Amino acid sequence: MNQPLLRVDNLVKNFELRASNGIRKTKRIVQAVSDVSFSVDRGQTLGIVGESGSGKTTVGRCVLQLLDVTSGNIFFEGKNLGGLSFEEMRKIRRKMQIVFQDPFASLDPKMTVGSSIAEPLVVQGEDGNHAEKVASLLELVGLAADHAKRFPHEFSGGQRQRVGIARALALDPALIVLDEPVSALDVSIQAGVVNLFGDLQKRLGMSYVFIAHDLSVVRHIADRVAVMYLGKIVEIGDKKSIYEHPTHPYTKALLSAVPVPNPTTERSRSRIMLQGDVPSPVNPPTGCRFRTRCWKATDLCASTEPQLVVRPTGQLSACHFPE
Amino acid sequence: MSELILSIRDLRVTFDTPLGPLEAVRGVDLDVRAGEMVGVVGESGSGKSVTFLAAMGLLPRSAKVTGSVMLNGQEMVNAPGKVLRNMRGGLMSMIFQDPLSALNPVHRVGDQIVEMLQAHQSQLSDKDAAKRAVELLDIVGIPQAAERAHQYPHEFSGGMRQRVVIAIAIANNPKVLIADEPTTALDVTVQAQILEVIERVQKSFGTAVVLITHDLGVIARVADRVNVMYAGRNVEKGGVNSLFDHPSHPYTRGLLASLPHEGAERLTPITGFPPNMLMPPPGCGFAPRCSYANDDCMKSLPELRVFGDLETACLRAEQIIVNGASS
Repeated sequence: MNQPLLRVDNLVKNFELRASNGIRKTKRIVQAVSDVSFSVDRGQTLGIVGESGSGKTTVGRCVLQLLDVTSGNIFFEGKNLGGLSFEEMRKIRRKMQIVFQDPFASLDPKMTVGSSIAEPLVVQGEDGNHAEKVASLLELVGLAADHAKRFPHEFSGGQRQRVGIARALALDPALIVLDEPVSALDVSIQAGVVNLFGDLQKRLGMSYVFIAHDLSVVRHIADRVAVMYLGKIVEIGDKKSIYEHPTHPYTKALLSAVPVPNPTTERSRSRIMLQGDVPSPVNPPTGCRFRTRCWKATDLCASTEPQLVVRPTGQLSACHFPE
Repeated sequence: MSELILSIRDLRVTFDTPLGPLEAVRGVDLDVRAGEMVGVVGESGSGKSVTFLAAMGLLPRSAKVTGSVMLNGQEMVNAPGKVLRNMRGGLMSMIFQDPLSALNPVHRVGDQIVEMLQAHQSQLSDKDAAKRAVELLDIVGIPQAAERAHQYPHEFSGGMRQRVVIAIAIANNPKVLIADEPTTALDVTVQAQILEVIERVQKSFGTAVVLITHDLGVIARVADRVNVMYAGRNVEKGGVNSLFDHPSHPYTRGLLASLPHEGAERLTPITGFPPNMLMPPPGCGFAPRCSYANDDCMKSLPELRVFGDLETACLRAEQIIVNGASS
């Protein structure tokens, strides 16, 4: 069997919070990502959804080794990224790229978009005619070749995001982490960029890790979906199983909280209203992390952490009382 | 039909920018009746927030505002500061996207509610005001309201802060509550809670609510009537069911079509991007992106016209409605 392009095993990422009250320094640990495992096949899209503080962005950064992992292993094309030297990692980086949320902050305002797009080629020591490559990349993302001479401020948000995508494509990556790539865009613009991701994947066959809080966009673009809550994957599986037969109460509540743009269905459907907010990741609840907001929670949930278990509809979910 | 509380007529707002005058709102008409929930939807730069900042008299003095905003019979445009102060927080309140910047970090939340109460009801004693503040926190669903009133904003989560802001806004029983993207900064499970609080306020106190948002799902869930804005103009308005069921304006249709929906292979974006408001197109603001547009659309600015139960500002609406019915 083919090995997956990306495999993440038991990933843990802790951040240290240092504070001082004027007299003594305190150090607390925040476990932003706690024992997360998943894999992404070639040409596939894994959607990671969750609310703020769920750790979805941290997972993306760890995969790209932009953050040092605390423990766990990340395998890319079968190679463990953990033990690599700087130089070895730099060679692998060309195959893994990222597109950020904010197209205003992710482009250097003093560089023409052409030089921004060519920068990865320069950094990786590519020879040849960069101008030609830049022109073809701009056309690939639906911009015009002569846009290369312009500066970021001359572009709209949607166009800037396309520039960011062109830059990510410059080195023909096998994996692109898309970190909330359309959340800063207006809906009418968003649709075009989402289509572009689909078209590019069809043409070039790369894999995506698509991180988003917008469940309807993820439903459109992903093949598989991982739902995260407070640093853990609570449910992961095929898009169809997750959206049509959610088995974890949190997945169910999350799907139910998204308003549907149709007044008739929106007003007649029953909704699960979760109480309270996401607890602080500094001090997560014992046992199941969702139990403080879960309507099914019992003493068992407080004492024993549920493990990911295969459900009849095919996905894995971590709950003592699955739907 | 219930009483007209807020009536905006031909509102225009122009900002002076280094690049020349920018007309952000270009002739908006909008009515709010007692106790109803009016949705205002549009993309960034459509003028939806500026319209209501102008109505509240909250724009900087450099902004030129013309037209009329009648709030309960009182003209708000260019009204003296004293009148505005009386109306703001009294008859009409506004809440914003970011609850943290709306609250004062160095005052207890209870005191911030008391301040709002006493600004409009000077006869209210400190003790009664404090008691009322706790009641208000309870109304917006803050548990252990009496203890929480003594806490500072940083001790509250995002959702709880937005509840505090709502408590301040409804302290003096306003007739109109303007909510400008009140849930955009919140997680979706918390958004559901805040929408529920806003709906409860509307239903139990008969407060009319203007909900400004870019999220059509939120509109579909709570609004009675909807105003769609584009390039500083009202392009379509009407009852929520009609608007989602048979939109007539190409922009409304495009907006709904661009949303991801089940089973769609590809999404349908609206081509192009919104106009630069420093140089708005002479005709319909949407014409450059519109597949129905003809030469007339490029030349003359369409006014709202009645089509069945909707009002639509489109020269080609007749043809679009026929096409829509046949397809």
